[in-house]
Amino acid sequence: MKLSAVQEALPWLLHAAVTTLWISVVAIVFGQILGLLVCLCRVSPNRALARFGALYVSFFRGVPLLVQLLLTYDLLPYIGIDVPPLAAAIGTLSLASGAYSGEIYRGALNAIPRGHVEAAQALGFGPVAIWLRILLPQALRISVPSLVNELILLLKASSLISIVGVTELARTSHTLAAQTYRPFETYVTAALIYLAMNLVLSGLGAAAERRLAAAGH
Amino acid sequence: MDFSVYLHYWPKLLSGFGNTLFCWATGALLGIALGFALALLRRTGFAPLLWLLRGVIEVVRGTPFLIQLYLLYDGGPAIGLKLGAMQAGILALGIYGSAYFTEIFRAGFAAVPRGQVEAAESLGFSRLDILRRVRLPAMLIAIVPALTNMIIILSKETVVLSVIAVPELMYQMQSMAAETFAALETIIAMAVLYWLMVEAAARLGRAAELRVTAYLRVA
Repeated sequence: MKLSAVQEALPWLLHAAVTTLWISVVAIVFGQILGLLVCLCRVSPNRALARFGALYVSFFRGVPLLVQLLLTYDLLPYIGIDVPPLAAAIGTLSLASGAYSGEIYRGALNAIPRGHVEAAQALGFGPVAIWLRILLPQALRISVPSLVNELILLLKASSLISIVGVTELARTSHTLAAQTYRPFETYVTAALIYLAMNLVLSGLGAAAERRLAAAGH
Repeated sequence: MDFSVYLHYWPKLLSGFGNTLFCWATGALLGIALGFALALLRRTGFAPLLWLLRGVIEVVRGTPFLIQLYLLYDGGPAIGLKLGAMQAGILALGIYGSAYFTEIFRAGFAAVPRGQVEAAESLGFSRLDILRRVRLPAMLIAIVPALTNMIIILSKETVVLSVIAVPELMYQMQSMAAETFAALETIIAMAVLYWLMVEAAARLGRAAELRVTAYLRVA
């Protein structure tokens, strides 16, 4: 272990970590929108929609992310859609995250006592108001711990987009390791940066959980 | 699209699939064995050891598998650890899995009803017998869903081994794609194949779950 090698690699890796972080955040935001849609499909009384939701979840959770990424890269140009690699990578991460988040939301919805919906109906709430004022706020609160977990998983999974050519933390460390002949130092540093980001995220998640729990009483 | 490339390449793909299954099985077994050993070590309650183990588990769970694999394979020789690609891949799968398996076992130990252990103690069971005949069977019931879930996650991680050129299915498929330019055909087949494999594994997992909880339905 040579500390000077770490010192030399650190600015590059930190710079790349910022890319990893924003890609993950953008993907998780889109993933939440998709997740809510998938969840709505799955709980919908329309059988075709429910089927589609189930198939979506099964596909994106059943196929390895690396295969999904390569599929996007090969399929999009074939059907004539030309998007930059970064957009395709973020899109794929979002789609995959939508499947996991959708299931988290579905679980949270199931955890809300039926009595709440019945009470709202008795009070004359319409279906939209029930969703917006009764179900979604509670489902979001119940989902927070799982969603933080999901964000951490996504941040780690985003390392795979290095393989399809996006220059983020994993790719930068791979390049640096090859250039400096110091793979051990470089990867240990990269691993510690990932770890630090995840520890901060889980700390923020715990804080958010406490606040939401307090707001609930 | 032209799927006839498979006529020519199937022996390679078959050996790739065999390697995928081999890496998955040995990686998962190694992970389960290591995870169980770690869970037993944590039960000793020796504080410095607990902190150390918790730190190690936190590091393994907080870093991407890809980086761990690079570190082991590319960085290993720097600390005198020279491994072949497949050895490094299996060891990486095992280490990565063990951090998750050990948490599952810990939850499993906590789920064993105290009364059963006390009953075994009062009947004069040795500590090993209590572990083997009371704790393990009782915890297995609680942890089968989590175990199969983690084993399935590992099956998807085997794909990542292709980046250090382990000749598993993904690697063989990619070299076929590079030689034939049939990239799309290749990756579609991969997606379908892994999807089927994961669904099959999930079914097996549910069957195992039904089997260990069969006693609940006897009455």
